[in-house]
Amino acid sequence: MNPIIKLENISKLYRLGSVGTNTFKEDIHNFYSKLIHKTNPVNINKNSGLIMDSIKSNHIWSLKDINFELNQGDVLGIIGKNGAGKSTLLKILSRVTAPTTGKIKVKGRIASLLEVGTGFHPELTGKENIYLNGAILGMKKNEITRKLDEIISFSGVEKFINTPVKRYSSGMYVRLAFAVAAHLESEILIVDEILSVGDLDFQNKCIGKMGDISKTDGRTILYVSHNIASVNLLCNKGLFLNKGELIIEGKTKIVIDAYLSSVNNSRKSYNSEENKINQINTASVLNIQNILTNVFYFNEEIHLNINFSLEEIYVNTSCIGIRVVDQKERVVFSSNSLVSNFIYNNTKNNYSVKCIIPNDVLVPNNYRITIALHIPNKEIIDLVEDAVNFTIEETGSLFHMYNGNDYGCVFVGCKWLNS
Amino acid sequence: MKNNETWSMIITPKNKWYKLNLKEIWDYKDLILIFVKRDIISIYKQTILGPVWFLLGPLFTVFTYTFLFSGVAKLSTDGLPGPLFYLGGTTLWNYFQACFNGASNTFISNSPIFGKVYFPRLVMPISLLISNLLKLSLQFITYLVFLIYYYQKTNNLKFHFELLYLVPFIILILAIIAMGLGIIVSSLTSKYRDLTMLIGVGMTLLMFATPIMYPINAVPDIYKSYLHLNPISPLIEAFRYIFTGTGLFNWSQILYSVLFGFIVLILGIFIFNKTERTFMDTI
Repeated sequence: MNPIIKLENISKLYRLGSVGTNTFKEDIHNFYSKLIHKTNPVNINKNSGLIMDSIKSNHIWSLKDINFELNQGDVLGIIGKNGAGKSTLLKILSRVTAPTTGKIKVKGRIASLLEVGTGFHPELTGKENIYLNGAILGMKKNEITRKLDEIISFSGVEKFINTPVKRYSSGMYVRLAFAVAAHLESEILIVDEILSVGDLDFQNKCIGKMGDISKTDGRTILYVSHNIASVNLLCNKGLFLNKGELIIEGKTKIVIDAYLSSVNNSRKSYNSEENKINQINTASVLNIQNILTNVFYFNEEIHLNINFSLEEIYVNTSCIGIRVVDQKERVVFSSNSLVSNFIYNNTKNNYSVKCIIPNDVLVPNNYRITIALHIPNKEIIDLVEDAVNFTIEETGSLFHMYNGNDYGCVFVGCKWLNS
Repeated sequence: MKNNETWSMIITPKNKWYKLNLKEIWDYKDLILIFVKRDIISIYKQTILGPVWFLLGPLFTVFTYTFLFSGVAKLSTDGLPGPLFYLGGTTLWNYFQACFNGASNTFISNSPIFGKVYFPRLVMPISLLISNLLKLSLQFITYLVFLIYYYQKTNNLKFHFELLYLVPFIILILAIIAMGLGIIVSSLTSKYRDLTMLIGVGMTLLMFATPIMYPINAVPDIYKSYLHLNPISPLIEAFRYIFTGTGLFNWSQILYSVLFGFIVLILGIFIFNKTERTFMDTI
């Protein structure tokens, strides 16, 4: 299959700091030295994509040597942290700004939706804004007229279509705007996180529409989102950017895994600085394959390994306990076990224990674990606050549709019956 | 690997300087018309009096001029009644100024849209030239009303009917000069904001260097040649000549304005074309 869009060595250099009168001076200086030396001090070596020494440190590569291609009908999810270069990539693709180096080859029209309702004018009616917004997005007038009824019925604001949009609720506004965008007839559609707006029904409608666009019409979509669940749901390909560089590109699942393991790697393990008796020595979180990680899917078990040393006099009375706290400082649950249940380790007074937190219980969120070696209601032998932390990622759990709402800390498998 | 792949578009760091893509602007003609409609509707809807303001503003200006320059300072009006003399000049000047100001703010005032979606940026100044015609035609109608009134009252006015066909042409040249200068300024101010201040002063000076408050005949000969450098003067003088018979009408002067306009416009499009690719990074 021939690619429909192909990026070759795309890089983008940004200038940091304020742009003011200083630049005028610099420009004159650059122009002057260009005249004298026939070279520009700010010169870019186009072959390697590297800059010469004279370029100052207040320039930053927002994208570095990005190469990839897409076939017709592909839905690419672009993920990465803030500042990874996702938006820059979309801006270059939608021709809002030009790349510093490289080439993009495209077959067909590109329509970009970096924002819904671009150019909407509050004084104009819904219908007039459909024409305005459609034309801004690159539609011809007769094309819009042909699709007008379809757009209006998709938006669900039929009753207010002749009312100025300044009287619309924000929900209606967004629905109308997305309706226009969804009816663009371009071979390639670029979408930036529009699903974070609108109510649940409408979000589902948008996801459905985007799925239709790619499957039935065979159109190519590039989609940027922080919402991993929607990327997982919609995309057949993924691309993970970090600090302007392409880390991995390929099947959605592989890319999402790579992304998840890179985020939030702050405290996968704890190591005590001291080496004494009666203390918690180490703690670490692992997945079921025994790999050190602190990012888990909703349906994954969390293995917590703890190693501690304890004098024999404590063995029969003390216990090791954990307390799991979520981002809102709510204690989700505690668990403990009497030390006497564990096998005595060969090395001197040393215990290694494993606590398995079951899957399908903790809802997607960030959690911290506090570990305490103690005698209940009597003595705390050692306490490590926030020894490790971990994240349950939203990768399409039963709750992803409530994303952003507080629906509790744990999933309870209630039985629902006819009565 | 096939080498004969056909790409419909290739995005590169820089456009070739000669690639102007004027055809692309033609493809977006629907957008231009919709922007014109938007501008007109929004002006009409936002104020109670709507387009009436377009008439009140110039009328106040004209009566002030009549009082100050004609009444107090006793400046020549080429033998014309004060209001008629000043209204002709201000009608054209207002159109020029509105087009210039609009075009020179292209990048700054449209950066929210430009930052989100691509369309040929020249669509914006072009649609402004068209939507400003509404204002111009309202003021022109007022001018005609004055003209008819004074034709009946006095008999030293001469209407050059044979040159009437030049009027749309004069307006077109004004629009071309305004747009050419405007887009050059817009390209520069997107990078150097300070220039906006300078431009404000410059426009005021240009207005005084244009025969709006005085006829070019009343200017001492030593300064006249400088004033002839101003490409707007011949247009305003010709406009007055056609409708009232006074003023300087000179084909070579008009040709100068036409040449000036086209050179500025072409230069402007090149600079604009270079700026529009990356201005989002600097604004």
